[in-house]
Formats: sequence, structure tokens, C-alpha cells
Amino acid sequence: MAHDTPEKIRSHAEHEFLKKKRSAEMRQQLTSFAIMIFLTLIAFTMVAAGFSTYLIVPIILLLAAIQVVLQLYHFMHLSNKGHGTIAFFMFSGMFVAFITVLALVTIVWW
Amino acid sequence: MDINKRYTAQSWPDHPETATLEGKNKFVGFWLLLAAETVTFASLFATYLALKDKGPSGMEFTAAGLFELPLVFAMTMILLTSSLTSVYAMYHMKNHNFKAMQAWLGITVLLGLTFLGLEIYEFNHYVHLGFGFTHSAFSSAFYVLVGTHGAHVLFGLSWFIALMIRNSKRGLNMYNAPKFYLAALYWHFIDVVWVFIFTVVYLMGVIG
Repeated sequence: MAHDTPEKIRSHAEHEFLKKKRSAEMRQQLTSFAIMIFLTLIAFTMVAAGFSTYLIVPIILLLAAIQVVLQLYHFMHLSNKGHGTIAFFMFSGMFVAFITVLALVTIVWW
Repeated sequence: MDINKRYTAQSWPDHPETATLEGKNKFVGFWLLLAAETVTFASLFATYLALKDKGPSGMEFTAAGLFELPLVFAMTMILLTSSLTSVYAMYHMKNHNFKAMQAWLGITVLLGLTFLGLEIYEFNHYVHLGFGFTHSAFSSAFYVLVGTHGAHVLFGLSWFIALMIRNSKRGLNMYNAPKFYLAALYWHFIDVVWVFIFTVVYLMGVIG
């Protein structure tokens, strides 16, 4: 198999720079995690507090969507370089998913 | 180049998961699978939403009467945390720190097992109440949706454990870096699906 990557040994300065870059990225991911926990808490609290269904449903669906975007873009690195094709796969999948849910939910409307 | 070639932190590529052609192919193929899985779960969600609280007339179980939030909240926090611990594992993978990566993967597996244990407890509890798989259209749709997610958790755990054991003596190289990376991606995807399950099935179920 093709494992023919040319080996490149980084200079000390470049190595230190990359390490710093990675720990900065890790801090950013910790922030996303804190936001996800916070959004989950809001969703559960709203339901436990017993607000009107018509208020809760759109808000918790929106919170779920935000959480998923954070997972995809920060934890799964969808925003990184070289992720264009796979982002296209994922968005096509989500589009089909949306149509499927819409169709089966409306078919039992009456 | 030998696939078992040893690397140091300074010669380790910046993106080891896509540094080889094999890694690149796995990466694209795996995301294609995740897109297909999105559609699979969408069909299960759609079925559940269409059949929610439906069944034979006089059915005693409804989502509002059955689900309890404290257990679901605990499961959600555990799975969300396990998603973060696998991010830590991949952080150490990129720094070529094999031991730290194995340790964080171990924590991820423990959290995943706790989640799975709670899910088995929950299903067992429902079955003892009389809400079995064949009880109603609602129960079948519920068990298929949440059970398929649980099967994914089980598969993800087996995948992590197999990778950890098989590579325990090998250390990190170009052969296994893409494998670890994809297993972590799969684990994040499982968490993405759970976000929709706790929102659509449990939270929207409790409010009726």
C-alpha cells in the first residue's frame, strides 16, 4: 500500500509552534464543550419548568441544532482545510434526512 | 517506506490521519458512511415521530407517562463527556503521545460502558412495566430508534477496545493513526445522534 510519505523532521521552533497551536485548539474545544453542557442544561430546565409546549419545542430543537453544529465543526473538524467534499456528503445526507422526517411527519397529519 | 516505521514527536506529520493515501481514502470513505448513517437515523426518527403514542386502542403507555428525565439527563451528560475525552485522546494522538491517548480512550470506553449500562437498565425497567417491543406501534418504533443508537454505542466501544488492545505494543505509526482518528469520529457521530434522541424522544415526549 502507499505509505510513501516523505519524512520531514521539524525544526525545534516549528515543533513548539505546532504544539502551541494544538493546545490553543484544545482550549477552543473545551469552550465548545462548556457551551454544549450549558445548552443541554437550558433544554432540560425548560422542560422541567413546564413552559408552554409551543414555546419549548422550537427552542429545544434549535438548541439541539446548535449543539450538533458545534460537534461537527469543532469536535469533528468539519471546518478544517480539505473537508470540502465530505462537508458536501454530510449536507446532502442532512438534506435527505430533513425531507424524510418532513414526509413521514406530514403523512400522518390527518 | 515501512508501515511500522517509528516516528518521534518531531517527525510525526501534522495531520497523520490523512498523511498516507490509505489514510485519505479511509477518511473520505468513512465520512460517506456517516452521511449514509444520517439518512438511516432520519428514517428511524421519522418512523418514531409518525408512530409516537400510537398503538392498539386503549393503550396504557404514552411517552409523557413513561419517560423519566433524571436518568436521561445522566445518560446525556455521560455521553457528552465521553465525546470530550475522545477529543483529548485525539489531541494526544496529534502530539504523538501514545500512552496519554490510550489513557483517554480508556476513560472514553468506561463512560461509554456506563451509558450502555444505564440504557440496558432503562429498557429492562420498561419491559417489566409491560412496555415490551411488541406492545404497540409506539413501543416498536421507540425500541428500534433508541436500540439502533445503543447498538452503535456497543459497536463503537468494541472498536475502541479492539484498537487499544491490538496496537498496545505497536505504538503510534502511519498504520494505525487513521484508525484511531476514524473511531473517534464515529464516537462523535454517536453523540450527535444522541443529541437528537434526548431532544426529540425524551424531552418532546415528556411534554406530550
